[in-house]
Parts: sequence; C-alpha cells; structure tokens
Amino acid sequence: MARPRFNVRPDELVFRVGTGAFAVFLIAGVLAIGVELYRQSRLSLHEFGWQFWQTDVWDPVAGQFGARPFIWGTLYSSILAIAISTPIALGIAIYISELAPSWLRAPLVFLTELLAAIPSIVYGLWGVFVLVPFVRQLEVATPAWLKSVPLFSGPPLGIGMLSAALILAIMVIPFSSSVAREVLKAVPQAQREGAYALGATRWEAIRMALFYARTGIVGAVMLGFGRALGETMAVTMVIGNNPQISWSLFAPQYTMSAVIANEFAEATDNLHLHALIEIGLVLFVITLIINGISRTFIWSMGRQRGPRVRATPRLKAAA
Amino acid sequence: MWNSYRRILSHVVMGLCGLSVLVALVPLALILFYVLTQGLTSLNWAFIFDMPKPVGEPGGGMANAIVGSLYVVGIGAIFAIPVGILSGVYAAEYAGTKLAGAVRFAADTLNGVPSIVIGVFAYGIAVLPFRQFSAMAGGVALGIMMIPLIMRTTEELLRLVPGSLKEGALALGATRARAVFTVVLPAALPGIMTGILLALARISGETAPLLFTAFNNQYFSTDLRQPISTLTVQVYTYAISPYDDWHRQAWAGALVLVAIVLTCSLLARAATTRMERMRRGA
Repeated sequence: MARPRFNVRPDELVFRVGTGAFAVFLIAGVLAIGVELYRQSRLSLHEFGWQFWQTDVWDPVAGQFGARPFIWGTLYSSILAIAISTPIALGIAIYISELAPSWLRAPLVFLTELLAAIPSIVYGLWGVFVLVPFVRQLEVATPAWLKSVPLFSGPPLGIGMLSAALILAIMVIPFSSSVAREVLKAVPQAQREGAYALGATRWEAIRMALFYARTGIVGAVMLGFGRALGETMAVTMVIGNNPQISWSLFAPQYTMSAVIANEFAEATDNLHLHALIEIGLVLFVITLIINGISRTFIWSMGRQRGPRVRATPRLKAAA
Repeated sequence: MWNSYRRILSHVVMGLCGLSVLVALVPLALILFYVLTQGLTSLNWAFIFDMPKPVGEPGGGMANAIVGSLYVVGIGAIFAIPVGILSGVYAAEYAGTKLAGAVRFAADTLNGVPSIVIGVFAYGIAVLPFRQFSAMAGGVALGIMMIPLIMRTTEELLRLVPGSLKEGALALGATRARAVFTVVLPAALPGIMTGILLALARISGETAPLLFTAFNNQYFSTDLRQPISTLTVQVYTYAISPYDDWHRQAWAGALVLVAIVLTCSLLARAATTRMERMRRGA
C-alpha cells in the first residue's frame, strides 16, 4: 500500500489517522496490560524475587507467599487436559474433514463448536453437581492394588485434579479440533491422491496428510494448551483449592487462575494483592509465549502452498 | 496377510475417529440435558422479576442480576464496538502496512489473554484509582474482551466485499472515507452485526473478569459507580453455597445463560448461511 507521499490527499489523511488512532489504541491496550500488571506487582517482585516461585507455603495472614503449588497445579492440570483432549480433537478433525458425508459436516462443526460457546461457569456448575460425584464413584471403585501407585493415591474426594483435567479437556477440544480441521483442509489434495495412487489405505493417506500438516497440528494443540492454562471458573469450582504439589490425580490442588479468583476481592494488604497480581503477570506471560509459538506454527503451515490457515480458530458458534 | 492387516488397521482408526466425535458430543448432550432439566424446575416468572430472598426463605429470583448483566455487557459494547470496528476498518483498508500487521497481532494476542488476567488489569485501571468496585469497571473488563472479536470480524468481512464496489465509489469521485463508510461498510454490515451478536453472547457468559471489578450487590442497582450484581457471578455465588434452594437458583441462572448463548449462535448461524447463499447466488 506504499504510495508516493505527494499523492495523499488531506481527507484521506484524516481517514487514515482517524482509523489508525483506534488501531494504535488497541496495540497500546495490550502493552498496557503488561505494564500495569508489572507496576501493580512490584512489591511482591522486589520482596520475594525468584523465591516466590520456589517456595510452597502460601499464608497471607503470616505474609508468606510461595507460589510453586499454583504453577504446578496450572501446568499439571493443563498437560493432563491436553493429553486427554488431543487424540479426541484430532479424531474429530479427521472425521469432519476427511470422512464425514458432506451433509453431516456443518452440523458436526456447529455442535463441536457449541462446546466452546457454553460459558465456563456453566461447565463449573455441571462439574460440581454431575462430574465430581461421578469421578468420586470412579475413585471409590479404584482397586486397592492401583491405589499404591502415586498417581491414584489418596482419599476419593471427587473434587481434585482428575475432575479439573476432565473438565478442561472437554472445554479445550473445540479449540484444538477447529484449528486442526483448518490445517488439514490446507493440505493439498494431491498429497492424498498421490498416496492413494501408490495403493495406500485410507488411514495411510490420512497419516500422510497429518505428517504434512504436523507443524499446524502442533500449533493446534498448543493453542488448546494456552486456553487450558488460563481457564478459571470451571477449574476453581472442581479442583479443590488446596495448595499442594502432588502427582496424585485424586488430590485436591490449586491453580494460578483459581487463587486469583478466590482471594483477589478479599486481599486487604498490599503485599497479598501484589503477590496475586504477580501470579497474574506470570500467567499473562506464559499464555503470551504459548499462543505466540502456536500462531507461528499455524502460520508457517499457511505459508506453504494451499489455502491460508487462520491462526485464530474460527469458532462460528463461539466467537 | 500384511495387506489385510493394513485394511483392518485403516478401518479401526476410521472407527476411532468416528468414536471421538461421539465422545465429545456426550458431555455436550449431558451438560445441555442437566441444565435444561435442573433449570426448568426452578425457572419461573419470579426468577426473572423478583429480588433474591435471604437464605431459608424459598423463592426469590435474580431480577437485579439480570438487569446488572445487561448493564455491564452494554457498557462493554459501548466501549468495544467503535474501537473494534474502526481498527478493523484500518486493518482491512491498509492491509499491507506495518501498523495493520501490528494491530492484527495485538488483537490475536488479546484474544488469547486469560479472562482472569483481563479482570486483574481492569481492577488496576478502573477499580484501584477510585477505590471502589463498580459496574463501570466490569464493563471495561468485558469491553476489552470484546474488542479483538469485533475487530477481526470487521476486518474479514470488509475484505469479502468485492473490490469493484469500492472502486465504483472512488470512480464517482468519493473520497476514501466516504467510499468505506457509505458503500463498503454497509455492504458488510449484516455480517458485522452477526459478529457483534456472537461477541455479546460470548461476553455475557464471562464470570472471572467480573469477580473483582463489578463485584456483586445484593440490592437492585443501576448506579455505574457502585458494585453491581451480574447473572454469572450470582450463579457462581449460589453454586458454591451450601444451600439447596440456592443451587436450584444457580441451575435456573445457568439455563438463562445457555439459552442466551444458544439463541445467539443459532441466529448467527442462520444469518451466515443466508449470506453465503446470497454470495454464491450473486
């Protein structure tokens, strides 16, 4: 769009500056989030430094703030969620883009994306009253020999890491699957035809397509991971809110977003508030990095031949 | 032998793919089922028109929270729609420029920021300076979340408008601003409205950014400088309470939320398919 400078008419300049100002405002807003979070967490940043992320005791009354259990809970729950949701999301993407009869595609896309449109609080409510009792039954039914494995140790509370991971997995599926679907769509048809011509079975041809689209697929999974990291309400309601580091799926734990949601409005002294905002700052930075990597992967997919792939999922039902 | 193994494997994997669709649809069906059955038993006119009753007294409703939600989402929309549309116009009109690339990147970034972090930010800029939780602060938080959604929709839909329309306007001597605002934007308007509708639907289900911005209020309030009750925060408060009656109210609230989201999604879907049909016909 570079034009010679003398060609710019004044009214055009007004239009350009006028709309450009709003664009700049948007960019400034994003920068302001980082600056503001940093500014509001200085107290805690200076007081604790790296110690903040290396200690486990969170006791606002005693002025002790160690955030390691929260970062553990966030990463553990999100990784579990991704482990559960990735095969399902990929299966959905493959089914919709490669296998489903064409009349079934649009309704299936709509239904899976409806999962992304349901408010987090509704997931939470359903989680507390339906999923948690179900998970508790599962935990009670765990055979004794399995209970000696650290992954399944502890009392069967229902509320805890397993419930959180399950609900996160459900919530993340539409994001990963819609990007994976777009990525698969971007694989040139010639790839598949070539595979079939060599006598490949359907699955072998699709495996070729998956391999061709591998960077985009990784991007799709990372995008879901970014979503899981920041998810708040549903997790807060089912994870148990107990700051401890444990491998056990049955143990109640805590996440970064959950501690902010629970304590922020009641944080009276400044250090407590700043400590919570520091958790927010780190959550912001982590999701920024994860989303950045994910977008780069998905974009690099789009730069190869074939239709462009959108870096943000096009959720018709959700947004 | 090898070939039949390959064929069987192929069928098995295809079957698993179909199965994974079912696996994802089961929780969707379960959630909708529970929200519908649990919600319908406690949804009545009192829920919509009455104020909350104290614990122990049966009945009561969420009138204040419903009005509060409308207020907060409305404030957010007033902030977000101009910023979203105009920055979207810039990104579409000056598509190749650095600033357009930057604003697109910023919008995608903002879209990925966890809603709770947006809440913390809104607390910093709209609650702390006034030392007061307020409906305004809640609106700011929701507005920030809406901006990237509206901006991206606007940009994409403007790009779908055939270039010949704008060129025609320019050839008749219209300035660029005039061509965009009187020809291109109106052509894309139905789509943009759909996008805004979806953004509103999504935003009206947000809870996390309101917990410490709009906070909560057990009374009826329309004062923008005061804390205000919202449907989502109220559902949260009721859901984690120990009272059965409040749980029933929470389900009713969830039903209202899901109904809003579903209605908007279906409307938007109808509008999109109609537009696509028109485009193909043209």
